[in-house]
Amino acid sequence: MTQKLIVIGAGMATGRALEHLFDANADVDVTLFNAEPRGNYNRIMLSPVLSGDKSYAEIVTHDDAWYAANNVTCRFGERIASIDRAAKTVTAENGDVLAYDKLIFGTGSNPFMIPLPGHDLEGVIAYRDLEDTQTMMDLGPDNTCVVIGGGLLGLEAAAGMAARGVDVTVVHIMGHLMERQLDEAAGYLLRKALVDKGITVKCSANSKEILGENGRVKALLLDDGTELPCDLLVMAVGIRPNVKLAQDCGLAVSKGIHVDDQMVTSDADILAVGECVEHDGAIFGLVAPLYDQAKVAAQTLLGEAGKFVQKELSTKLKVTGCDLFSAGDFADGEGREDIVFRDPARGVYRRLVLENNIVIGAVMYGDTADSNWFFGLIRDKTDITDMRETLIFGPAYQGGGASDPLLAVAALPREAEICGCNGICKGQIEDAIAAGATDLGAVRSVTKASGSCGTCTGLVEQVLAVTLGDDFVIPAAASICGCTDMTHEDVRRMIKSQKLRSMPAVWQECGWKTSCGCHVCRPALNFYLLADCPLEYQDDPQSRFINERKHANIQKDGTFSVVPRMWGGITTPDELRAIADAADKYMVPTVKVTGGQRIDLLGVKGEDLPAIWKDLNDAGMVSGHAYSKGLRTVKTCVGTDHCRFGTQDSTGLGIKLEKTLWGSWTPHKLKLGVSGCPRNCAEATCKDIGIVCVDSGYQISIGGAAGMDVRETELLLQVPNEDEAIAVIKAVTQLYRENAKYLDRIYKWMAKVGLDWITEQVTDLNNRTALVDRFELSQSIYRRDPWADHVTTKAATYAPVADLTLEAAE
Amino acid sequence: MSDWIDIAALDDVPQRGARLVKTVHGCVAVFRTGADEVYALDNACPHKNGPLAEGIVHGSSVTCPLHNWVISLETGLVQGADEGRVNTYPARVENGRISLDAAFLRGRAVA
Repeated sequence: MTQKLIVIGAGMATGRALEHLFDANADVDVTLFNAEPRGNYNRIMLSPVLSGDKSYAEIVTHDDAWYAANNVTCRFGERIASIDRAAKTVTAENGDVLAYDKLIFGTGSNPFMIPLPGHDLEGVIAYRDLEDTQTMMDLGPDNTCVVIGGGLLGLEAAAGMAARGVDVTVVHIMGHLMERQLDEAAGYLLRKALVDKGITVKCSANSKEILGENGRVKALLLDDGTELPCDLLVMAVGIRPNVKLAQDCGLAVSKGIHVDDQMVTSDADILAVGECVEHDGAIFGLVAPLYDQAKVAAQTLLGEAGKFVQKELSTKLKVTGCDLFSAGDFADGEGREDIVFRDPARGVYRRLVLENNIVIGAVMYGDTADSNWFFGLIRDKTDITDMRETLIFGPAYQGGGASDPLLAVAALPREAEICGCNGICKGQIEDAIAAGATDLGAVRSVTKASGSCGTCTGLVEQVLAVTLGDDFVIPAAASICGCTDMTHEDVRRMIKSQKLRSMPAVWQECGWKTSCGCHVCRPALNFYLLADCPLEYQDDPQSRFINERKHANIQKDGTFSVVPRMWGGITTPDELRAIADAADKYMVPTVKVTGGQRIDLLGVKGEDLPAIWKDLNDAGMVSGHAYSKGLRTVKTCVGTDHCRFGTQDSTGLGIKLEKTLWGSWTPHKLKLGVSGCPRNCAEATCKDIGIVCVDSGYQISIGGAAGMDVRETELLLQVPNEDEAIAVIKAVTQLYRENAKYLDRIYKWMAKVGLDWITEQVTDLNNRTALVDRFELSQSIYRRDPWADHVTTKAATYAPVADLTLEAAE
Repeated sequence: MSDWIDIAALDDVPQRGARLVKTVHGCVAVFRTGADEVYALDNACPHKNGPLAEGIVHGSSVTCPLHNWVISLETGLVQGADEGRVNTYPARVENGRISLDAAFLRGRAVA
């Protein structure tokens, strides 16, 4: 006999329960009431709708056609007035009385509104449904908005509105954002990322009163007296289960509607699912347990044995550019240990909390690729004793240091949950793929994996790639070269954390696929090693491009160019005479003035290099490193010596800088300029590091370029005196050496780590001193003339090893 | 018949490096790999005559310093998408000394 089913609330939980019933061809006649004037949509996708990444139409789960096809009587925009459990009827708002065999509560939750004075003003809203979202979307750019609540929902609201050009301030009562999911360090990184998006964040801020004008919100007043003007105020401080109707009809209710493991309430004919329920003392706000409940409720209605079990939950934030993940318990405690990994350059933070060699909590920020693996360890209470050393690097680094980027996903067991929202495991995705779902869309429609919040899309793609092999290509992060699957960042991280001190150690520990690298990776590794461990690591000339091996620039005909250094662009008649003599003696075909204020001798034969260097050395000149990924030149103007506008001795500073920085190797070439006044005759503001002298001191700016890209430097710091200017420049050079990817100029590096971070690092005096010390340590090895060294120790290697002209002439 | 000519000590050529041998018909590059194998090739990339001896040696290949063509030291064939071939000459190491086959070197004039 057809069962009469009345459902109160067309939300995600009841929607999913109906899907299960219809999939099982249940013999039911469904009437669906919903207070909102619409059917079921994917509520957790409201944030992408708000930010403009999706439209409402895209997040509709069940459209009219779906309800029609399943014979669902829809009564949208209608509430239930009362329930008569004895008669098994409900009374609708309009007085209609309908009988039911089974009733499902899916009344959801109500947003919690802090009862501040003024909370009922116009323009004070929650963030709960499409109407709220629409109100926020209607606000329009250049208006101001205050969001109370720095939790998941509040931050998604704030980011969404900021993306629409609204001036947003988040007010959070706790000391750091998302304190229930994140520890302080991750909260700090998150805050920084939001601030970068233009959002103002106020933590430890208590709201006192909402101020209004003509019945409309005007500002939020904090208890320290700060007044935050706003055109809209969004309260996103939490939800409370909506239990009024259940209470009125006499169901057992405390925080939520009591349900047992079968989702049955205290009345055997009434079930409840979703945010309105309380199970074993717990209430639910995330989608994953709601879907589990929906499935169990359907099973109960179908007469099948189902059992709802609460699981460990994990959290991800749906804000573009803020990759964070948290799961389990991460409070400090006795007997608990931490494994922490930080990479400030990439804004990556990982922390695992261990207790008795079991991972009990994980917080990840910036790189959450391995989050499911860690989540699995927490859920399965895996003993991690054997992998403790490399645990923090994730699954790809377990068991012998292999480095297939897909290994992390390949290593996951079939029961590893990939899609948290829908509770879809890797095995189900693999089965779907085996059954013919060979692209993301197909997997999504068959399994629902990645179909809700979408953050696991990358993982689903990786499962596709692992399962289908070459038939599926995912856009992967670029590895250094074909010798390895690791990125530059991965390898730098390995060198630092595993204290790798030789190239073979890197090849071994990072699982290089070739015996000894190639022309792409070896120069990078050589640089990383000499920059990170100048004392232990021996520079390998054979891993350098010919220019750096022979300290001259190779030309298209195989000859070389020779550029002696002219400190700060200053030369003397004697030096010029020596250069002229050398040009004559070695029959140099072209003599050219360079853009870096020195003289280039082009067309010198390789065999002649040691001899011409010796002549230049004898005249007091050294290599100009015009060929190096290292300090090139410091271009100057004449400054106060001669110029009537000069404010400082720019030439003198340029010479000092060049004398302290020369010989240092950097990720890419490093050019400086020092201008004596803002007229900027040395063109300092398109250099990697530029100094513009002003009356009050020295403006140090970085990140200029005048090559394939042209860009102006951005101000790093202004300092009052020359010594401090030199210290800051050494520090920023060392920071760049330690953190940048090989062949990234400063401007590219800066785009990745952010000028703010760089400024922070060199502003902190302790840190600045430490950077300068490490720079000087490295310079104790490298600040010397390679020409002189080669003249005395290697001159013979520039000549042929044998002359067979006589032999062959026989 | 081969006619081995002693060229130099193995250690005169750096590991993963090369040195030149002068002949009347131009220079031959003698390469030494990381595994101490020795190869002799014309010192000119088939692309734009780049001096292969100045390239980075990796595995049993060398990358031309001018435009990064990769050439197999064993066969002289250009690797990857590019095409071309460099002449190779028999070379051997005995008792720490490198020798080349003079008969082949003489053949260069004819080739």
